[in-house]
Amino acid sequence: MPRTSVADLPRFDCRDAYVATLSELAHEDHRIVGVVNDSIGSSKLNSFRKSFPNRLINVGIAEQDMVGVAAGLANGGRIPFVSAASCFLTARALEQIKADVAYSNHNVKLCGMSPGVAYGELGATHHSIEDIAWLRAIANLTVIVPSDPVETGAALRWAAAVEGPVFVRVSRMSVPQVNADDYEFVPGKAVTLREGTDVTLIANGTVLWRALVAAEQLAAEGISARVLSMPTVKPLDVEAVVAAARETSGIVTVEESTVAGGLGGAVAETVVQHHPAHVTILGVPEFAPTGSAAFLLDRYGMSPEGIAESARGLLRHG
Amino acid sequence: MTAIHPLETTEHVTMPVLGRLAAHAGRAEQIAHIAEAARQIRIQDLKLVYHAGAGHIGGDFSAIDILATLYGTVLDISPDRLTDPERDRFILSKGHVAGALYTTLAAFGFLPVADLATFLQPLSALNGHPNRTKVQGVEANTGPLGHGLPVAVGHALSAKLDVSLRRTYVLVGDGELQEGSNWEAMMAASQYQLDRLTVIVDRNRLQQGATVKETNDLDPLPDKAAAFGFAVVEVNGHDHGELLDVLSSVPFRPGKPTFVIAHTHKGHPISFMSNNVAWHHKVPNEAEYHQALTELETVRHPRFGKEH
Repeated sequence: MPRTSVADLPRFDCRDAYVATLSELAHEDHRIVGVVNDSIGSSKLNSFRKSFPNRLINVGIAEQDMVGVAAGLANGGRIPFVSAASCFLTARALEQIKADVAYSNHNVKLCGMSPGVAYGELGATHHSIEDIAWLRAIANLTVIVPSDPVETGAALRWAAAVEGPVFVRVSRMSVPQVNADDYEFVPGKAVTLREGTDVTLIANGTVLWRALVAAEQLAAEGISARVLSMPTVKPLDVEAVVAAARETSGIVTVEESTVAGGLGGAVAETVVQHHPAHVTILGVPEFAPTGSAAFLLDRYGMSPEGIAESARGLLRHG
Repeated sequence: MTAIHPLETTEHVTMPVLGRLAAHAGRAEQIAHIAEAARQIRIQDLKLVYHAGAGHIGGDFSAIDILATLYGTVLDISPDRLTDPERDRFILSKGHVAGALYTTLAAFGFLPVADLATFLQPLSALNGHPNRTKVQGVEANTGPLGHGLPVAVGHALSAKLDVSLRRTYVLVGDGELQEGSNWEAMMAASQYQLDRLTVIVDRNRLQQGATVKETNDLDPLPDKAAAFGFAVVEVNGHDHGELLDVLSSVPFRPGKPTFVIAHTHKGHPISFMSNNVAWHHKVPNEAEYHQALTELETVRHPRFGKEH
């Protein structure tokens, strides 16, 4: 057991990693442009605009146009990084994401900012809990949910290098760094952050660190919890999920999104087809009430204590 | 109801490949070239829809003179330059008239004429709506309405960033302008002063089941487009000379994108189809097919007039 809990590590805003990486990429490759819907401030892109005034295209509050414009920029040889609050990017422009980007296989990177319940107090209109389920259902689209600033930067760097449509969730909630400094993003691959034999916790995004703290708590009681980081929801690492189903007593999935069709859904679909196992899906089961993101995550059983309790419950009744 | 005709033969695919006439040809020669191309495209498109048992022939015939003018002379593209980033772009936003686009692409050598025989057949690349990953020469996947114009704005922006002279043309239906995404895109086009972007409206005044006016009226369309910052021009969308003159001389105002309102008739010039709302996606029966074919092959049509 580590001497310092993950809970005590310093916290970072992944948007800082986002803008730093995007600026580096833009210096390296003239084809890279930003496309926004008046979301320069909320995407923290002011420094990018300063460095590349002509390469930050602001179409105003017009998400359908924003995604169509990005497809057209890609047609002209550019690599657009669309940056907008995930609730609006994915919901208002869903058909553009499907037809103009994914079906057209255009080289567009969609960056959903402040996803999940990051805008907790603003109410359920601004919670982006459905984005993963929606986008996971669209062919051609890789869906990535990074868990910390290192992974955010690495995923964006990978997205810029690969030809084709990619969705990356970029969190605004402060999170500790859980991946190593030299972490390299591998699409479709889980990362085993903790070995374990009794139960498996699979998580991504802003709640991954909470799963790690839950595993620390379980270890203190003699329960060995494996923790899998699953940054790529699509394609999912089927092999790692099947191994978890086979080698441990059950799986608890933890995600900052709806319990319908997200990471938990993907894991459940996988185990029933390959190696039936007990899966407890933690997420947001309803239109969430007002409250900070941390409050809401705790409320829905995603505090470290809540996750540990779900794991115990699974071991008791599984 | 019209019977579905299984494609047992490909004898109906008989279109000549005409190719693009270089810009240095004289105006009269260009107009004659476009007119013959449009006639051949209509004949082949009629056969296509009749034999496939499906399609949007009314909207096809409304748009074919515009397509023939663009591909026949205006667009700086050719089948051997499809990967040249400096080629002009054409985006068909009213994607349901894919049959007209495929036939046009075949007429100008982008698509093997023989491929037209597969239109709407199982596993064919020629879907009922065009797909850029399946069909050479298609620049954007369209079908759901209101998508082409934002994509065209994005392409025009990329050209501007590249300080390139390549042009972007997008054809939208007038009913399609009821989709709000078009107006979002028009605001952006104007804001970014995309004067190498030309929007062509196929103004046939009919949508699927009724007139545009009865459904959600667009008028005064020229005023609306002008208010959104476009230089607006109205043309007879079936007059090849007018289309050629207008489409090859944009922009009309430096710094402003161009909005060409092409007055057309759905089903033009077939006597029983023209301006008839029933022909949105109706398929001709055998008698109608032969009559339409005869009209296209033999009748010299009176000049299309503005009846609006």
